[in-house]
Parts: sequence; structure tokens; C-alpha cells
Amino acid sequence: MSESGRKDNHHHRHDAPLSDTALRVKALESLLAEKGLVDPAALDAIVETYEKKIGPRNGARVVARAWIDPAYKSRLQMNATAAIAELGYSGLQGEDMLVVENTSAIHNLVVCTLCSCYPVPVLGLPPVWYKSAPYRARAVRDPRGVLKEFGLELPEATEVRVWDSTAELRYLVLPERPPGSEGMNENALAALVSRDAMIGTAKVVLTRKVTP
Amino acid sequence: MNGIHDMGGMDGFGPIEREADEPVFHEAWEGRVLALTRACGAWGKWNIDKSRSGIEQMPPEDYLRASYYEKWLWRLEKLLVDAGMVTREEIERRNAEMKHATGVS
Repeated sequence: MSESGRKDNHHHRHDAPLSDTALRVKALESLLAEKGLVDPAALDAIVETYEKKIGPRNGARVVARAWIDPAYKSRLQMNATAAIAELGYSGLQGEDMLVVENTSAIHNLVVCTLCSCYPVPVLGLPPVWYKSAPYRARAVRDPRGVLKEFGLELPEATEVRVWDSTAELRYLVLPERPPGSEGMNENALAALVSRDAMIGTAKVVLTRKVTP
Repeated sequence: MNGIHDMGGMDGFGPIEREADEPVFHEAWEGRVLALTRACGAWGKWNIDKSRSGIEQMPPEDYLRASYYEKWLWRLEKLLVDAGMVTREEIERRNAEMKHATGVS
């Protein structure tokens, strides 16, 4: 295997014996394939889609467009699902979207206390911490404490709004455009927007100097 | 229905553990479980509500111990059996054969 191939597949661990769970999954796949209920090649394609095609870069494009195009932003606020689909992002677990805007007075935070609902077409699959018991339990009860743990301390005067996702409705935070980014184009802006900023556990900050 | 999945507001779970540059899947089997769940879901034998409620029916002690995709595997087996697409016996038999073939006792 080439060095780059090894890097791509580092988590496949071909050299390690399969765990009981890995074996159980393999057994289930072979049974389902034998019955003609799944096609292994289609499974490969699904894994590849989640690993390579769907991710927070999609959401970052939505945010950057909203920052530079006020008409797009108002469409996003009126009907987020349709406005997001304009950029080509739609599908499973993004059927009904709501965009919540951070301002100097309001900070939004998204959680799914019951499980792991997440706006997959714009953010990809959720990180482990989003699905973990500590985040799910505490985000609704002590959001400021949670944000502090993420390194984000908000002024007392800022109102914190917590949105508990459901299978029916999923949220994307539209972060505040950082000061000093006025001269930046859409691509440069999109590069600033992190996954956590679109969940609400971070702000967007300027990571490089804008050419004067 | 309340249950262990209804975690909002609970105390005692400790700090939130985060991982820098987290991979989409930590093990290949996790991606496989997700793909199997999507592919089997496409047969239309269950909807998203039945699917969610599947995970919520996991016994609470298992729910707390299981990793995210272990929960998905448990749910997928349950949905497939409930829908009559495979039987529990077929699943266990194939699992035992696979273990035997790879020399795991």
C-alpha cells in the first residue's frame, strides 16, 4: 500500500484481528448480501459519500454566501431547506432545516438531547462529543458552562438560545461574520467557518491577515 | 415515553471529551453499520420514527455502555428481525460461523 493510501485507510486496521463487533457486522453484511438485500458495492459508495463528499465544508459555503449576499440570507431565513438546496445540498436528515442567526446580542447553540439529530447535508456526520451523554445532558441545563468548556466565554448580557434538534427539524447556526473580514471573497470566508461555529460551540475568528 | 435516551438535564456524566481532527469513522465496521442501515432502510420496511424508537428500546444498562455505532448495530438487527427480513437464528448462526472461520473462540 502506498504511503498516501496508508494514510487514507489508517483506521481500517487491516493488520489487527477483527473485534467481536467487527465480526458481527461482517457476518450481518454477508447474510444480507446473500439474501440480495444489500449490494456490497453500494455500501462502499455510501461509506465513501459520508467520508469524502458530505461535511462541514458544505455548511461553510452556505454561511459565506449568506454573509455576502443579503438576498440569499433572507431566503435562508425564510426557507432554509430551499435556500440550502440552491447550493446543491439536500437529502437525508436535512429535509426540514432552520437557520438560527448569531448576533452581538444572541448566541445560538444546537444539541440533540435524545440522540444525534444533526443537519447532515450541511455538516456531515456529527462528531462523537455531539452524540455523547455529557453534551446531550448539559447543553440544555448549563449552556454557558458547556461553552466555557469549549473555550467560549460569552458576556453576561448575551442571550443564549439552545435548540434541541428532532428527527423532523434540524438547525444550522449562522455565525457572526468576524470583524476585519470585509474585504474577503466568498471562498476565503467559507474557509474561516468551522464545524463548531455552525453548531454554536465556537465563534468564527479571522485566522489570517487580510491583505491591506 | 421517558427512558435513558432522554438525557437532557441529567447530572453526573462528567466533562465533554473532544478529539482533534476526528475521523468520520473510527473503525471500518462503523461505516459498514451506517451503510447497511441506510441500504436496508431503502426497502421501506420502517420509517425514521420506528428507527429512532428502535434505539430507545435498548435496555438502559446496554445503552449506557454501548458506543454510538454499537447502538446502531443493535437497532439494525432488531429492525431487520421485526420486519421479517432475517431471523434472529440466521444472524446468530452466521455470526458463529464467521467466528469459527476466523479462529475466534
